[in-house]
Amino acid sequence: MAAGISRAWGWFRGNPWVRTALSPPGYLSLAFLTLGGFVAGVIFWGGFNTALEYTNTEKFCVGCHEMQANVFEELKGTIHFTNRSGVRATCPDCHVPHEWTNKIARKMQASKEVWGHIFGSIDTRDKFLAMRKHLAEREWERMKANDSLECRNCHSSESMDLTKQNPRAASAHERFLFSGERTCIDCHKGIAHRLPDMSGVPGWQ
Amino acid sequence: MRRSVFLCLVSIVPCLAAGAILAQDAPRLRGPEPFTKEIPAPPMQRQVTDDVRVRRNYPDQPPVIPHSIEGYAMDLNANKCMSCHARKFTDQSQAPMISVTHYQDREGNTLGGLAPRRYVCVSCHVPQTNAKPLVDNVFTDMDALAEPERQPERGRH
Repeated sequence: MAAGISRAWGWFRGNPWVRTALSPPGYLSLAFLTLGGFVAGVIFWGGFNTALEYTNTEKFCVGCHEMQANVFEELKGTIHFTNRSGVRATCPDCHVPHEWTNKIARKMQASKEVWGHIFGSIDTRDKFLAMRKHLAEREWERMKANDSLECRNCHSSESMDLTKQNPRAASAHERFLFSGERTCIDCHKGIAHRLPDMSGVPGWQ
Repeated sequence: MRRSVFLCLVSIVPCLAAGAILAQDAPRLRGPEPFTKEIPAPPMQRQVTDDVRVRRNYPDQPPVIPHSIEGYAMDLNANKCMSCHARKFTDQSQAPMISVTHYQDREGNTLGGLAPRRYVCVSCHVPQTNAKPLVDNVFTDMDALAEPERQPERGRH
């Protein structure tokens, strides 16, 4: 056993790539390598985040005609696009988590959407409409699982003044939202885009 | 030929004259400005959203909507109104149930749910605004006609 480990270790150390990586530098100074590594790290990290933030803009999202011709057109008529106070929720505000780890996780999932774009899975209106229920259900499921986090990034129940709401909304929020019985997306579906065929969806008929 | 031209004129001139005379009497829904002048649109009216049920003016009147319906889906795929007013959702929403007449098709057969011909709620039920009526409303409540002695407010409405 011990002999086996020792042999494996010897083989590992004997590998020319490992030998090069583990031996001290022959020409470059320690200061160059330390500072250079630091600068390279800053450049890499900054570039990575800049690229990440660029993919998190409305401009980037509607760069694909699937988004521009379908969901973005539909968003334009809604309260999240134009309203009395002039605040706009853009695509990533609702569809990408704001917190870093979850954002990266969502971005990795989005590689599937790049695949869909390349192979044209919704590149016509008809294809999009045929897929709409599936697409919507994915978003509903995601928002249900994270307790409508993207809604709550702007609309928190703590800062909600029920006396400013009409009685109908106030009582619904009191009974279902504050009690934790439901989350935003359970009732507020289709507020920013048109709905798919809602037959079979709970709360609709 | 000349005769028919003459007849034509004879028939057209009174029509034009009548039009001119009647036009002066017609209520000007667009305001006092002449139609050749472009006037700015009046501001949008605020909807009544106080959630208080409004009395019907006659028994068959479709009740008006006392809440905002902005952004409510109403198309082939989805009907947001039914998420509260359908029979099965009235306990959680405390909204009035759609009338039983809405379960009947045009032959009077009772169906299991909302009849397709009643699907588009806003064909009959509409929200109200605080807009000032453009012309006076001289509508009189049926009760005031049938029982004038018990309706002292007659004449005020």
